[in-house]
Amino acid sequence: MPKKVNLNRVPIPKQEAAERARNFNEVALGYSEQQAIEEANRCLQCPKPSCKEGCPVNVDIPEFIKAVREGDMPEAVRILKNKNSLPGICGRVCPQETQCEQRCVLAKKGAPVAIGRLERYVADWERAHPEAAGKGTGNCTANGKKVAVIGSGPAGLTCAADLARLGHVVIIFEALHVAGGVLMYGIPEFRLPKQIVQGEVNYVKSLGVEIKLDHVIGKIATVDELLGNGYDAVFLAPGAGAPMFLNIPGENLSDIYSANEFLTRTNLMKAYLFPEYDTPIRVGRRVAVFGGGNVAMDASRCALRLGAEEVYIVYRRSKVEMPARLEERENAEEEGVIFNLLTNPRRFIGNEQGRVKAVELYQMELGEPDESGRRRPIPKPGTDFEMEIDTAISALGTRPNPIIPSTTEGLELTRWGTIKTDEATGRTSRERIWCGGDMATGAATVISAMGAGKRAAADIDAYFRG
Amino acid sequence: MYRILAKEELTPDINLFQVKAPEIARKAQAGQFVIVRADEKGERIPLTIADWDNEKGSVTVVFMKVGTTTKKLACLNAGDNILDFVGPLGRPTEIEKLGTVVCVAGGFAIATIVPIARAMKQAGNRVISIMGFRSKDLVFWEEKLASVSDELMVTTDDGSYKRKGVVTEPLKELLQNTKVDRVIAIGPTVMMKFCSLTTKPFGVKTIVSLNPIMVDGTGMCGCCRVSVGNETRFACVDGPDFDGHQVDWDLLMSRQRAYLDEERESMKLWESKTPGDKSCA
Repeated sequence: MPKKVNLNRVPIPKQEAAERARNFNEVALGYSEQQAIEEANRCLQCPKPSCKEGCPVNVDIPEFIKAVREGDMPEAVRILKNKNSLPGICGRVCPQETQCEQRCVLAKKGAPVAIGRLERYVADWERAHPEAAGKGTGNCTANGKKVAVIGSGPAGLTCAADLARLGHVVIIFEALHVAGGVLMYGIPEFRLPKQIVQGEVNYVKSLGVEIKLDHVIGKIATVDELLGNGYDAVFLAPGAGAPMFLNIPGENLSDIYSANEFLTRTNLMKAYLFPEYDTPIRVGRRVAVFGGGNVAMDASRCALRLGAEEVYIVYRRSKVEMPARLEERENAEEEGVIFNLLTNPRRFIGNEQGRVKAVELYQMELGEPDESGRRRPIPKPGTDFEMEIDTAISALGTRPNPIIPSTTEGLELTRWGTIKTDEATGRTSRERIWCGGDMATGAATVISAMGAGKRAAADIDAYFRG
Repeated sequence: MYRILAKEELTPDINLFQVKAPEIARKAQAGQFVIVRADEKGERIPLTIADWDNEKGSVTVVFMKVGTTTKKLACLNAGDNILDFVGPLGRPTEIEKLGTVVCVAGGFAIATIVPIARAMKQAGNRVISIMGFRSKDLVFWEEKLASVSDELMVTTDDGSYKRKGVVTEPLKELLQNTKVDRVIAIGPTVMMKFCSLTTKPFGVKTIVSLNPIMVDGTGMCGCCRVSVGNETRFACVDGPDFDGHQVDWDLLMSRQRAYLDEERESMKLWESKTPGDKSCA
């Protein structure tokens, strides 16, 4: 019997915008048990659930929601972790609105089950109840093969966890001094607390995975040296790579950052706690962030929290074309970030100390759609104007980092410099080398990287079994 | 954690560490660097590799006490650990047989020119080295550089030891009197700039090792971007060696000064935490 449809999504409590814009604490506060059960009760438990098809890692969504509804949280944890090793992260940063929640039958009525919030609730419940939750089920048996995973971001962690569960010996090589990749250096504390990332990293370690920090593969050892020294396979997941700049005059003036640098200083090096932490960051009164993606939103919201009075997003198209998640854009707007749309920079102007003091901008209008399907922005003549700024941040995306491609012979690349990778299996042009995450696809989401890690792990295991 | 096997005070401000890092020692080449983080709250800073010993599994770095991290490091002794030691990073210096190579170094960069001079000599070049210091009490590794050079000149700014003056003077004389095929200049930015200006009229290719501020050191953040031949390059992955005639020196120097105020603030805090400890502060 179809049960009564409830279209009232349980809202997630958040810190007030005015307050949160000045601190680095998490914005969304998470469901209480009662709220979680109430939301879980909205799930129709469809016999043919389409939400599952929308999940890149195929989480058994109705099953875990059923467990939540019944108040059986240990069971919910077990079901979630069966497919997803990093639920605390996915529950926070997955774009559910274009994945599982978009496929929910209730989405047609504008109120899909809040799958992401429920996932987050279950993961947080596990963290709060370590005694009740099951241990990792890795079994690094002697007959397993040995796999090197390059990079400990979402793709690397997921691949490593799955391979360890399948009985293989896995060693992750991480270039930075902590594990987590973009989850640590890129996504800010207020969206994804670092303690949660480290909790998930520890879970992967509990499966028997070893993580070697401070290891830049391609430098300390090449991929071929790994393959020649006892590793049966290598999974490449080194991440986003080299930041792009605007390519306009003045872009190397001081106080102009790439979003990667700005976020790395803030999140990884904890510059927001300077001088208690040694790494400084300079945020002036007026900050301009160039770009319209999630990274631009993260950078602008960090700038506010670091004390900027006015933060501008400068984006050459209109709001509709912005690649950022709606939720992130709304959060930024609520916190007071100002959107300068249909605007493009011409050049930066510096002061006598070589610091940026202004940016020359001009306006755009939208023409015909381009190859991305979005309407192409066209400069409007005679619209130049100058804006005084103290800090600028380029959030324009990244190019693949050259270190691994340039030190691994015979690895075919795409014309964008990413590693040519079969999407279904993660295989590259070279035997025993797999790839996934941003190095294979260009900048994408945490969950798509996790999906790639999962598919590669399955294919690596199948390859070993012959 | 990376254990300090030996510490040597080369001058009151310049220290040498031999650090246990066998994997790095196996791969290190002249001209590369490591990224170091002294402790949990520390910054990531680049230090050029001065030497390595594959058998001992050690990597040698030499650093001057100039900022919070280098002062923190100077407090450590043999047996202590450095939290992070990442490398070998950057492209190695190009070593080839060219003929006559002049290696110029100033201050603590003497330590980084030694493996380059050694490699150039091993490649069959005639190596002439010039080392410059502010004064006699700051001179170190004279014999060491002499042992890997066919000829060695020493200058001091104040004339308290050997030739009075700066390194560009003997460099210019050499260029006037000898056929020089390559100059490699490493030291303070202003010294590298003037070496490049000195060699330019002679058309002798001059390689410099740039030292902009870095964060990750692996090409990820772009903090170390420099302008070379009007193109933006990342010193950490495209360098640190570049053609000195193509470098925008003024830009490099202004970017190096970007955090002067913050560096002072950080150092003051560190000094207030280690009162009276002369070895550190």
